[in-house]
Amino acid sequence: MVAGLKRALRKHNAFILSLPALFWLLVFFITPLLLVLVLSFMSRDITGRGTLPFTFEQYERVFTTFRPVFVSSINIALISTVVCLLIGYPLAFYIKTRRSDAVRNLALFLVILPFWTNFLVRTYAWRVILGQSGPVNTTLLSLGLVDEPVIFLNTQFAVIVGMVYTFLPFMVLPIYASVERFDFRQVEAARDLGANDWHTFWRVVLPQTMPGVVAGCILVFIPAIGAFITPDLLGGRDGFMIGNLITRQYKGTGNVPLGAAASMVLMGAVMLSLLVYIRFTARQER
Amino acid sequence: MRKVLTLFTLLALMGMALPLMAQDEEAAETPEPVIEWECPEGFAGQTLNVWNWATYIGETTISTFEELCGVSVVYDVYDSNEALIARLRQGNPGYDVAFPGEYAIAILVRDGLLEQIDTGAIPNYENIDEQWLGLYFDPDEEYSVPYLWGTFGVAYNVNVVEEPITSWEQVWAHEGAVVWVDDPRSILGIGLLLLGYDPNSDDRDEIFEAAEYILANSGNVVAFAADDGQAQLARGDADIALEYSGDVFQIIADCECDDFVYVLPDEGSIADVAAMVLLKDAPNPELALVFMDYILDPGVMSLIVMDVLYPTTNRAAIESGFIPDEILNNPVIFPSSEIQERLFLLEDVGEAEQAYNDAWDEILIFGGN
Repeated sequence: MVAGLKRALRKHNAFILSLPALFWLLVFFITPLLLVLVLSFMSRDITGRGTLPFTFEQYERVFTTFRPVFVSSINIALISTVVCLLIGYPLAFYIKTRRSDAVRNLALFLVILPFWTNFLVRTYAWRVILGQSGPVNTTLLSLGLVDEPVIFLNTQFAVIVGMVYTFLPFMVLPIYASVERFDFRQVEAARDLGANDWHTFWRVVLPQTMPGVVAGCILVFIPAIGAFITPDLLGGRDGFMIGNLITRQYKGTGNVPLGAAASMVLMGAVMLSLLVYIRFTARQER
Repeated sequence: MRKVLTLFTLLALMGMALPLMAQDEEAAETPEPVIEWECPEGFAGQTLNVWNWATYIGETTISTFEELCGVSVVYDVYDSNEALIARLRQGNPGYDVAFPGEYAIAILVRDGLLEQIDTGAIPNYENIDEQWLGLYFDPDEEYSVPYLWGTFGVAYNVNVVEEPITSWEQVWAHEGAVVWVDDPRSILGIGLLLLGYDPNSDDRDEIFEAAEYILANSGNVVAFAADDGQAQLARGDADIALEYSGDVFQIIADCECDDFVYVLPDEGSIADVAAMVLLKDAPNPELALVFMDYILDPGVMSLIVMDVLYPTTNRAAIESGFIPDEILNNPVIFPSSEIQERLFLLEDVGEAEQAYNDAWDEILIFGGN
């Protein structure tokens, strides 16, 4: 009897071990998600909270009135991702190619160092840095490069700067992980076989570091498209993003079902980019 | 690499856990007002929990109360009426006294989140100017003890804006950066007022007409500031900020300069009033009433006014002679009765709140285009 129980336990070991995780996902992920989904099809009551009857009204509003904000949010998130990639990819190579372990570790440490300070405090600092009387403008003015202060704050540019600054480590670290696995002797082999620099990079280096690039892009794009603190503090009117609109609906007098519908649409966009990732990695493995 | 990633996650978590640093408070001035108030016996050793707006009380108000009564005060701050309402709806986290604004009081009363106040137990209640008693949010004077009031107006940098501003039209027409506060009711209220409607209109068509008017005049707006339009003005990132009076006077006092002025345009504007309330399930309601009585003392109130630069609802404090003339006679800090005729309190508009919210979404999305 005891032996039989033991055998059964061993047989279902994997399932039993995953129970806590499954329970966690069910309670803290699936349930809230379903609640938001249901809420997104509801009408709102006097206080802005969800009530019956069910309606498509919220989605209609999301796809009409909110559409320009979705478009500009996707733009801002894409640009931020590309800039992170352009900075992060060479940086990962730079760090990997340092000879001494100490320098490499120090460089990696510096990449993560900003996380020691609270994100809000750092974003507030950017407000001062980018302001009309901030250090950037003071420098430009005293060097005579401009005649009057350049307006950086309250623009999409400021939001992109803030996002690139915040999310760069999420790009660098996965790329670094791929670069670390890359065998540099393959570059010599490619040379021996007559490939020029461009071909070596395009046909040998890039394909092998691609998983890191894709992971980095996803890790930057997903939080970027849903960001609301960075655009709120740096973006002003021009840098307004979908995250700001959603937050507003959940505060006090907002329209909660509308916020839920906008969240579902945003999640759809994020899932789409994850599908791209899964497709990509599946093809790699084949 | 795995080690690096673990380290990275750990560090990221540490960063998130670090608390937001508190803002420095300005140095206190030498207190001239005399506090005659005496604490009733029997409260020594007790605790009072107070929940207020940031920068909305005097530098020494709380510590003096602790000394006089031999009690300790737990003092916390919130940043919006909405935040206060949202927390209280989940159950009182353990506070006795809070300072909500007028429409928030109406909502809290409606939701049954306040205790009735026995004003007979507050001798200094009679110091309050009758003008502020029995208003729409508490017609029978059961739930609230008026504290400070304020206005919504135009703050600007006189070095950039050369012509003195006397009209909202000048704000719309200004060529340069303008910051609006992210407050649907106040801004749309101004729109309604200028179109000749009631600033508390509950007519969806009128509200959307006001939204169109506001949108058409939003070309120079660079940001809808949640809480700190005055800081953008102070740093030079905006020439004009539409803000609440006290917030602006605090930056004017901080900079010790003549760069900024605050005006109420001739067409009129919005006013707000905050009152002390006794929260449902308050742990120490008796001491809460003692605290309210202390706050209403002319000397205590004068010190508060001198620090926060909001007008008080307390007639005895105004007549006490403690508040310096340059504050009391400043028609913008303490609006004259002539200006007061053109000020409107925001009221609970019920279901029309949704129309304001919808209209505001569109202003946020399409503003400036």
